Amino acid sequence: MAKDLEDGYETLIEEVLSAYPKKAQKKRAKHLGVAGPAEAGDTEILSKCDTVKSNVKSVPGVMTIRGCAYAGSKGVVWGPVKDMVHISHGPVGCGHYSWSQRRNYYTGTTGVDSFVTFQFTTDFQEKDIVFGGDKKLEKTIDEINELFPLSKGISVQSECPIGLIGDDIEAVARKKKKDVNKTIVPVRCEGFRGVSQSLGHHIANDCIRDWVLEGEGSEFEASDYDVNIIGDYNIGGDAWSSRILLEEIGLNVVGSWSGDATLAEMENAPKAKLNLIHCYRSMNYICRHMEEKHGVPWMEYNFFGPSQIAASLRAIAAKFDKTIQDNAEKVIAKYQPLVDEIMAKYKPRLEGKKVMLYVGGLRPRHVATAYDDLGMEIVGTGYEFAHGDDYKRTGEHIKEGTLIYDDVTGYELEKFIETIRPDLVGSGIKEKYPTQKMGIPFRQMHSWDYSGPYHGYDGFAIFARDMDLAINNPVWGMFDAPWKKSA
Amino acid sequence: MSDLRQIAFYGKGGIGKSTTSQNTLAALVEMDQKILIVGCDPKADSTRLILNTKMQDTVIQMAAEMGSVEDLELEDVMKVGYKGIKCTEAGGPEPGVGCAGRGVITAINFLEENGAYDDVDYVSYDVLGDVVCGGFAMPIRENKAQEIYIVMSGEMMALYAANNISKGILKYANSGGVRLGGLICNERQTDREIDLSEELAKKLGTQLIHFVPRDNVVQHAELRRQTVIQYSPDCKQAQEYRTLAEKVHANSGKGVVPTPVTMEELEEMLLDFGIMQSEEDRLAAIAAEEAKSA
Repeated sequence: MAKDLEDGYETLIEEVLSAYPKKAQKKRAKHLGVAGPAEAGDTEILSKCDTVKSNVKSVPGVMTIRGCAYAGSKGVVWGPVKDMVHISHGPVGCGHYSWSQRRNYYTGTTGVDSFVTFQFTTDFQEKDIVFGGDKKLEKTIDEINELFPLSKGISVQSECPIGLIGDDIEAVARKKKKDVNKTIVPVRCEGFRGVSQSLGHHIANDCIRDWVLEGEGSEFEASDYDVNIIGDYNIGGDAWSSRILLEEIGLNVVGSWSGDATLAEMENAPKAKLNLIHCYRSMNYICRHMEEKHGVPWMEYNFFGPSQIAASLRAIAAKFDKTIQDNAEKVIAKYQPLVDEIMAKYKPRLEGKKVMLYVGGLRPRHVATAYDDLGMEIVGTGYEFAHGDDYKRTGEHIKEGTLIYDDVTGYELEKFIETIRPDLVGSGIKEKYPTQKMGIPFRQMHSWDYSGPYHGYDGFAIFARDMDLAINNPVWGMFDAPWKKSA
Repeated sequence: MSDLRQIAFYGKGGIGKSTTSQNTLAALVEMDQKILIVGCDPKADSTRLILNTKMQDTVIQMAAEMGSVEDLELEDVMKVGYKGIKCTEAGGPEPGVGCAGRGVITAINFLEENGAYDDVDYVSYDVLGDVVCGGFAMPIRENKAQEIYIVMSGEMMALYAANNISKGILKYANSGGVRLGGLICNERQTDREIDLSEELAKKLGTQLIHFVPRDNVVQHAELRRQTVIQYSPDCKQAQEYRTLAEKVHANSGKGVVPTPVTMEELEEMLLDFGIMQSEEDRLAAIAAEEAKSA
């Protein structure tokens, strides 16, 4: 179905850029490109797209798909920590509209010892702006402590006005920590800071470093096989379908950051032997810190699709002894029949289908291999908020000629989809309906479209089924009005 | 009743804005003008001489106590002082917390929406020294004050401030109707003060409205929380303020779009008046000093 563009995507990019004024054209040209031929072992994308220039301010006037620093801290990093209460400090809107958006699954009794799907806010009014919100914040912390005595701690997620009026949330945190004897973390993740949600991740990581790991240290004693899962937010249960594999090969997952996480898990994390990082972009900072300060090594892995799962399990096992390595082989062999079954069922239905992705932290490269396994082809991919080092990690996962778009604008993405007409687009809720209205199947790849998990072997089964459901849905055959059908 | 006139007093901190404005307004009320004072300083001391006491019920404080500004009635925050002058104070947070500028915006909007500006001839804004953010520029924005009077003296920093405030006025003069009414010199007994003030006024394209001489009676009156007009109505200083009030009253519609000068021009002017030493003179003086001590 996809249209083959004879001279590659270079002319398409030029055509898309031609709609912009000169200055915007020049700026956006640096973010659009086509992957060049990559040598074996080459991890960087070779293209005209200057990926070093990523993580810069979006061009004014365009519809960027990015989020803000508050979204990065509250929504991504802190929000899933289940036994802490996360206060959206400021006016009510930021908290309300970011309420439970990322489907971070958790176990526990909501409202008693777990609070992920709750929404707390200091609900700023005019007088809080004028007189400062510190008094209200103190009161809020007292109320939370009284209403939810089993909460283990509180994080204060700053909305924009906090930075404008200069509320001293650190002083409040120190004072209330003494009063209620719980961890209180002030996070300066005001939305106007930085160019995207990426700075929010960084700020949130720094706050974990300064306000959680900087404490007395936990009394936890780790075994030689203890590892942390870092950068898995348990969307639709991803972390669970990942940890069973690690446990099956004989490792203990002592910390899950931050999907289904507890404060204690975070405190214990520096005692583990190895940090396994899935979403590099949002949590590499804390891994580097734990490496420097606590001597915990870290490695990246990829649990999307059987070939990467197997490669990752082997790479992880290689860091441990022979028993673990043997276990890894056994586990891979054990799941092979499941993989074969999935392939037999879905590959014939999905083979050769063209996919375009536009997502966030790790998925534009990590998910690509899961599609590869199903015989599908990634024709275009891009990141909302990647940095240069993300692009350095992308080259090996994509093929020559793939269209690359960094911080793509609403207009550009629509034009690309319209012209290329892939068989499937994977992006967010804002992109879903315009794409479907073009008659092109779509899956939300932030929230797994209310499905999941997609990590691990179990996740792959669901992933393959979901892609099949989207692409081979009979509704697409009814797209043209009956009276307009060509004879 | 003629059209409502809105004026504002700006100037360097501590220059005597509040004293000058309250004395001028006390003189204006003698001319049968109905007046409303809007104090835009978190310290809330813009109405002290008119009320003969410090205003306790500021708009922002009262709004916070009652819950929100919507719960507030105009009567709660408007007090009547000397000869019927209506007084309000925006108020604001204690130093170092919150956002005083937002407080000024909230207070002015409240007063306007609740009819504080009805049935008066004059609204006078008294704003704190440094226009540090958008909130304190509120009276010059959005068609509030039509004329700004800059209180200044012959001191260098006061002249700098006057020039800077003119820049602020210029910025909003094109989008709104704000104009520079003129300079009011509050005598500090510096060298050639009146000449310097007139020269600056000329450079800014405006006029020196009045030169208010220094007189201890102002101090005496202020200690008693009174204007000179109230404390000693027949003294010479009271007469000065009456003259100033007449000039302000006659200045209606005569405001100008100011022509602020560059830092260099301003410094040059000060050199011309011998207030600042030129670099050569300074070096020569140092050399002379050294030669003497050697």
